[in-house]
Amino acid sequence: MSNITNQSLSEILESIKSKKISSLELTQAYIKNIENAKKLNAFVTTTFDQALENAKKFDNKPNNEKLLNGIPLAVKDLFCTENVKTTAGSNILNNFVPSYESTVTKNLWNNGAFLLGKLNCDEFAMGSSNETSFFGNVINPIGDHLVPGGSSGGSSSALAADLTPATIGTDTGGSIRQPASFTGTVGLKPTYGLCSRWGIVAFASSLDQAGPMTKTVNDCSIMLEAMSGFDEKDSTSINKKKETYSKNLKDNIKGLKIGIPKEYRVENMPKEIDELWEKGKKILKDLGAQLIDISLPHTKYALPTYYIVAPAEASSNLARYDGVRYGYRSQKGKDLIEMYENTRSEGFGDEVKRRILIGTYVLSSGYYDAYYLKAQKVRQLIKKDFDDSFTKVDAILTPSTPSSAFKIGEKANDPVSMYLNDIFTVPVNLAGLPALSIPAGLDKQGYPLGLQLIGKALDEQKILNIGYAFEKNCGYKNEIKKWWS
Amino acid sequence: MSKEKFDYFVKGDKGKYEVVIGLEVHAQVLSNSKLFSGSSTKFGADPNKQVSLIDSAFPGMLPVINEECVKQAVRTGLGLNARINNYSVFDRKNYFYADLPQGYQISQYKNPIVGEGKVVLDMPYGSKEIGIERLHLEQDAGKSIHDMDPSSTYVDLNRSGIALMEIVSKPDLRSPDEVNAYIKKLRTIMRYLGTCDGNMQEGSLRADVNISVRKVGDKNFGTRCEIKNVNSIKFMQMAIEYEANRQVELLEEGKQIDQETRLFDTKKNETRSMRSKEDAHDYRYFPDPDLLPLKLEQKLIDDLKKSLPELPDNKKERFIQEYGLNSYEANVLVSEKEISDYYEEVAKLSDKKLAATWMMGDLFAMLNDKGLNISNSPISAKNFAELVQSIKSGEISGRIAKEVFEIMVESGDNPKKIIESKGMKQQSDPKELEKMINEILSKNKDKVDQYKAGKEKLFGFFVGQVMKLSGGKANPQLTNEILKKLLKG
Repeated sequence: MSNITNQSLSEILESIKSKKISSLELTQAYIKNIENAKKLNAFVTTTFDQALENAKKFDNKPNNEKLLNGIPLAVKDLFCTENVKTTAGSNILNNFVPSYESTVTKNLWNNGAFLLGKLNCDEFAMGSSNETSFFGNVINPIGDHLVPGGSSGGSSSALAADLTPATIGTDTGGSIRQPASFTGTVGLKPTYGLCSRWGIVAFASSLDQAGPMTKTVNDCSIMLEAMSGFDEKDSTSINKKKETYSKNLKDNIKGLKIGIPKEYRVENMPKEIDELWEKGKKILKDLGAQLIDISLPHTKYALPTYYIVAPAEASSNLARYDGVRYGYRSQKGKDLIEMYENTRSEGFGDEVKRRILIGTYVLSSGYYDAYYLKAQKVRQLIKKDFDDSFTKVDAILTPSTPSSAFKIGEKANDPVSMYLNDIFTVPVNLAGLPALSIPAGLDKQGYPLGLQLIGKALDEQKILNIGYAFEKNCGYKNEIKKWWS
Repeated sequence: MSKEKFDYFVKGDKGKYEVVIGLEVHAQVLSNSKLFSGSSTKFGADPNKQVSLIDSAFPGMLPVINEECVKQAVRTGLGLNARINNYSVFDRKNYFYADLPQGYQISQYKNPIVGEGKVVLDMPYGSKEIGIERLHLEQDAGKSIHDMDPSSTYVDLNRSGIALMEIVSKPDLRSPDEVNAYIKKLRTIMRYLGTCDGNMQEGSLRADVNISVRKVGDKNFGTRCEIKNVNSIKFMQMAIEYEANRQVELLEEGKQIDQETRLFDTKKNETRSMRSKEDAHDYRYFPDPDLLPLKLEQKLIDDLKKSLPELPDNKKERFIQEYGLNSYEANVLVSEKEISDYYEEVAKLSDKKLAATWMMGDLFAMLNDKGLNISNSPISAKNFAELVQSIKSGEISGRIAKEVFEIMVESGDNPKKIIESKGMKQQSDPKELEKMINEILSKNKDKVDQYKAGKEKLFGFFVGQVMKLSGGKANPQLTNEILKKLLKG
C-alpha cells in the first residue's frame, strides 16, 4: 500500500472499489506526503481534519456508483470553497472565507470526492511560473531550482509530487496546459462554457475556463466528466447533454486527420521542441492518423491580442477588490479615495498591478478603438482560422510550450519573455476551443515536454481519444525522485 | 378651447433666449427581483436586507439576466412607439464608488434594447411631439449614507442591482411646463403598462436634466450643462429656471458656458458645479464578458405588443368618440389608469357627459381635499353612477345632489338609500306642484298684479316661495314652466 499515491486516479478508484484500500488510508497517505513536501510550497491551505472526516464517512457507507468515490482532492485556490479560505494567491483575499461553493468543486463533491486542501497559484491566475503568488513561489518536483509553470503551478506541482491523485486548475491563456507540460502531467482546457465559471475568482471572463490536471488521459476524462455540466448561474455556460467521456474513451484513431500548423514553428524555438513535435507526428501517423499541413495565419497576433483582451477584462473584474465589503482593507488613508489607493497598493502584487494598468489603458477613451476594439477584431480572425482548419482536420497537433521548465527567477524581471511562454496556448483560449497537453518526452536536461492537441468546440472526446492512443504508444513515464522529503 | 401661444423665453438685454432641454429619466422597472439576481426589490426594507452575493459582488459571482425586466423594457419601448432592437448588448461602465460593489455598473451603451420613439404632449398651445432617443436597461447602485456617523460612511446595498430603464429624450423640450407634461406623460404611460410605479418619493423616477440656451432664431445648440439626479418635477422646474437664467447672464456678459455636470441645491434653489468636462469620468465602457448579447425573437416582441393594454393616447381618442367628451375632459380622465377605469365604470351606468363633469368637479375636489386618490375614494364607482343618474333623471336637483354627495363621502352609503331615508327626492309631480303654486299665488295677489303689470323681476320671488314651501325639493324646471303658465292665465 505504500505506493498507492503514485498510482493513477483510475487505479486508485479501482483499489477503493475492491476495498484494497479504504478512503481513510488513502487520505492519510496523501496527508503524510503533503506534510513531507512543505518545501514545494504547493498548498496555501490544508483541510486535513475535514478530509479525514469525509473519508471515514465514506468508509462507513461506501457507495461506488459515482465517478470519484472516496477520493480526496486538492484544488487550485481560485475556486471558492464554502467555509474554507479562498485567496486566489493574493494578499487582498488573504482573509476571505466564502460562504458558497463553486459549481465545479460542488460537482466534484457531488461525485463522491472531498477537499484535501487549496493549492497555490499565481496571484489572480496572472503568471506563467507561480512566482507572482502572495504565498511565495512553488517548486517543480522535477528539480528544486525549477518553476512548476503557472498559473496552476501549485496544482501541477502537487499532482506530480503525489500530493493529490488528480486536481483542477483554470486556464485563461495556458494556465493548465503549460504547468502540465512543465511537470510531465496531463492537462485539459475544455471548450469555453463546458465548465461553469460560477464561484471561480475571475481573471478574464471571456477566456477563463476550469479544467482537469491528471496523471493519465483516462484520469482526465473521468475528472472532466465529473466537473463539467450546464449551470444556469453562468450565462456563458453551454446547455447540452452531459457526456460520458471515460466510458467512451477509445484508442483507435485510424483515419483521423491531424492538422500541423506551420505557424507554430516559431523563430528561435529550441531544436528539442521541434524534434518532440516530429516524434508526436510519427506516433500519430503510425497509429493510422493522416497528417495534414494547415495554416493558421493570424497566430502571430494571438499573443498581443491576448495581452490586450485579458488585462482589459481583468482591470474591470478586479475593481471589486476595494476593501469595502470583504478581503483586505488598509488602515491608512483619510478618505475613501485614499482607502482605495492604499488597499489596492498593499493588497495587489506587481504583476496584477501591471495588468490592471495595461487593461485600464487599453479601455480608456482615445485608446479603446486602437487597442481593445482592434484586438476583438483580430480575435475573430484567429477564431476563423481555426474554424476554417476544422473543415479539413479532426484535431491539431502543436507543442504545448516553446521550452521546458525554466529556472526560478529566470524570467521574473522580464514580463515579455514570461508572456512569450504562452505563445502556443493563448490562441486556443481566444478561440474558445478545447486543448489537451500530454507529456511526450524529455529535453536533454531531462525535463518533461508536452504536446498539445487542439479540438473543435465541444470535441473533447476526440482529443481525449487521440491523447489516449498517443499516451499508450509514447512510452513517457514520469520518474521523479522525491528529493524534498 | 382657445389656443394660447407658447411663451417661455428668457429675456436678456441683448435679446430673447430659447431654453433647450433634454431629459435622461431613470425609471425603476416594476419587477419582483433585481436585474441580474434573485433579490427582492421591495421598497422600505431594513438596510442590506435585500442583498445577494451577486449584488454585493463577491468573488466569482456572475450576473444572470432577469427575463421579466427585459419584457418590461420592451413593453415600455412599445408604449413609447419606439423601435425594439432584436440585438442589444450589456456593457460595463467602470468607476469606483463605495456603493458600487462591482466597481462597474452593468448598463447598455452602444446597443440599447430600445431605439427611437416618441411621446405626444398636450400643451395649451396644441399638441407637441417629443422625440425619444433610446431606452436602455441598467443596474441601480446602492446608497451611501454620510450623516449617520461623523467619521464613517455607511452603505446600504438594497437598491444595488435593481433594474432601471434610462429613457433619453431628444433635446425637444422648451420650458419647465413641457418638462412637467413630459414627465407626467411618461409616468402615465409606464403606469398604464405596469412597467414602473412612477413613485418619485421612493426614487422610482428620477432625472438628469440637460439644459442649454440660444438666441431665438438660432439654429445651433448652445453649450449644455447637465443637472444630475433631480427627484421631483418641482425641483426640475426650479433647476431649469435657475440654470437657464444663469446661462443667459453669462452669455450677456460675453462669457462662455462651460460644459459641466451640476448639482441642484434644493435648499438654496441654485445649481452649482460638480465636475467640469476635463474632470469627466472615463467610464471605459466595454461589453460585459459575463453576459451574452441579448437576442430577442420577433415573436416575443409581437406577443408583448398584442398583450399591451390600451394606452392613454388611444384611450383619449376613444373617450372623445365614444363618450362625447371634449379633448380637455378626455385628457384629464385618462391621466391615470385608475381614473379612466373609474370613469368608464361610471359612464357605463349613467350619463357619460354629466358623469365627466361631476367627476372632474366635486369628486376630484373632495379627493384632493382629503389627500386621497381614486383607488381609495370613499365613493364607489357604482354609487357615483347612481348619483349621476339621479340628477339626470330629475329625481334630485343639482343642489340636493351636493348634499347627497357629502353624505355619501361620510357614510359610503348608496345615494338612493340616502335620498329615500332623508326624503330628498325632488318634487316632480305637476299636479302637486300646481297645487303648491296656486296656493302661493293666491296668498300674494298684490305681487301677481304687479307682475302682470310688467314687473317681471318678481318671477324670481315666486320661484323662491315655491322652493321655500317645498323645502328645496321642487323640480326647478317644472316649477318654472307651471309658474309661467299660471301667471299668464
